[in-house]
Amino acid sequence: MLKLEHLCKTFNAGTVNEKIALADLNLHLKEGEFLTVIGGNGAGKSTMLNAVAGTFPVDDGKILIDGNDVTHMPEHKRAAFIGRVFQDPMMGTAPTMQIDENLALAARRGQRRGLKWGISREEKELYFEKLKELGLGLEERMSAKAGLLSGGQRQALTLLMASLRKPKLLLLDEHTAALDPATAAKVLEISDRIVAENGLTCMMITHNMRDAITHGSRLIMMNEGRIILDIAGEEKKKLTKRELLDRFAALAGTQEETDAVLLS
Amino acid sequence: MFFTSLLNSLPGAIAQGLIWGIMAIGVYLTFRILDVADLTVDGTLAAGGATAVMLIRAGVDHRLALLIAFAAGLLCGLITGLLHTRCGIPAILAGILTQLALYSVNLRIMGSKANQALSVDKYKLTLSQRFVRELSLRNPLFLLMLLSVIVIGVLYWFFGTEKGSSIRATGANPAMARAQGIDTNANVVLGLMLSNGLVAFSGALLAQYQGSADVNMGRGGIVIGLAAVIIGEVIFGKVFINFALKLLAVAIGAIIYYIVLQLVLQLGLNTNDLKLLTSLVVALFLAVPYWQSKIRPRRAKEAKAGEGGRAC
Repeated sequence: MLKLEHLCKTFNAGTVNEKIALADLNLHLKEGEFLTVIGGNGAGKSTMLNAVAGTFPVDDGKILIDGNDVTHMPEHKRAAFIGRVFQDPMMGTAPTMQIDENLALAARRGQRRGLKWGISREEKELYFEKLKELGLGLEERMSAKAGLLSGGQRQALTLLMASLRKPKLLLLDEHTAALDPATAAKVLEISDRIVAENGLTCMMITHNMRDAITHGSRLIMMNEGRIILDIAGEEKKKLTKRELLDRFAALAGTQEETDAVLLS
Repeated sequence: MFFTSLLNSLPGAIAQGLIWGIMAIGVYLTFRILDVADLTVDGTLAAGGATAVMLIRAGVDHRLALLIAFAAGLLCGLITGLLHTRCGIPAILAGILTQLALYSVNLRIMGSKANQALSVDKYKLTLSQRFVRELSLRNPLFLLMLLSVIVIGVLYWFFGTEKGSSIRATGANPAMARAQGIDTNANVVLGLMLSNGLVAFSGALLAQYQGSADVNMGRGGIVIGLAAVIIGEVIFGKVFINFALKLLAVAIGAIIYYIVLQLVLQLGLNTNDLKLLTSLVVALFLAVPYWQSKIRPRRAKEAKAGEGGRAC
């Protein structure tokens, strides 16, 4: 479903702030796989996700989504294949627009937007049902502005928006990091359900090792712009946090202590 | 004496307010919907006026001249939009560049003259100041009210469509808009075009109304537009939630602005000081919400602490 071939990205090349974010990164994600991504700060996790989403051009390498070469495709065109939830709850919704209007915008991802009315009656009924499934009571507030929602509600709404038109790939960029633990757990539960119900291929960055182990079908660990650990299937199911930390320390070398603290 | 002269000047003030109201609606589109302060409009207003006056003088039908002026405005917006999105120039600077360029262009349009007259005696016009106190259908107030309603109606429809909604999303949250597959650059250009089209249309009406086009007729236009937007929001912000009503509030804001202007002029304010006064008023009204936001979070926090906070 997703193929990253020899992906390279350097920020501020040729300056003192030069930062190699992706160093010849290769990844092949099969259809229906749910990948969790961990790694210390600056390991290249978000850079990888943003490169896939098309937020910036990569320096070298290829990005293929379901066989389509999207390496040079602008972000808004790539969006036809991709659903996204950001780390910052403010990023995923239009705050001055109504909840149902936000959903209607998302329902037209990848479609031509013409002079038809922006939202239909049938759509509203569908959104009512979908919002009800979230279990947050948002279905009663469909004409409220998204800006009035709490962080957790916004992330749940953004998740719904990302999956409303089934994407080939769902990108979750530490989407629970800004939430309190109880809300984060609820949003993760909703994420799991939406991924499972729609059979989505998904990449989720997290800084929580336990979440990375308990969610998804495959786990990768990144360091200095490379994948240093790739665990799937039965091996992932048996994985413990202790074991993961040990393996990380062994692989990452000198930085291990600081990064291990950051990761826990 | 004071009240009779004020009353006498009232129809003129309302007509001016209605004309500038259409311009202010254009400013609202960029300033509030796209979240861009577009300074092109000062030049666009004059471009609209100049285009209409020169066309009518050349024998073109006044209605067609209005439409061509609108198209000229679209072009002004297109240039600012391309400078901003294709050349990476910050929106404010892109607007200033186009505005400055338009000064020369407008002089060219007007045959290298700073001012061109358009007498209602010689040409058939859409509207004229001369009939503003007349009780007949050629009184410009009727036509202007009708035009304002049409403009508001069309915009209400457009911004409810899929395309219009995507423009609103572009202004509200560009990152989200792109993630939802919206070409934000194209939408910014389209929004700027639409806004400037309305401004030029307003300029064409203004030039016919006052019987002349002047290369400086748009000077400070953006500030007057903002004043109308802000007055409308301050007075009707709490009651007018619907989009059409918000646009109506802008139009009424422009009328109030011109009535207040007449009032302070009657009270003896020097005409030369008007622009200073306008700037002060706009600066003050833009500053107040900022000051409030500095004070309010503290209060909101205290309120939340008392409530105990709710999860999710």
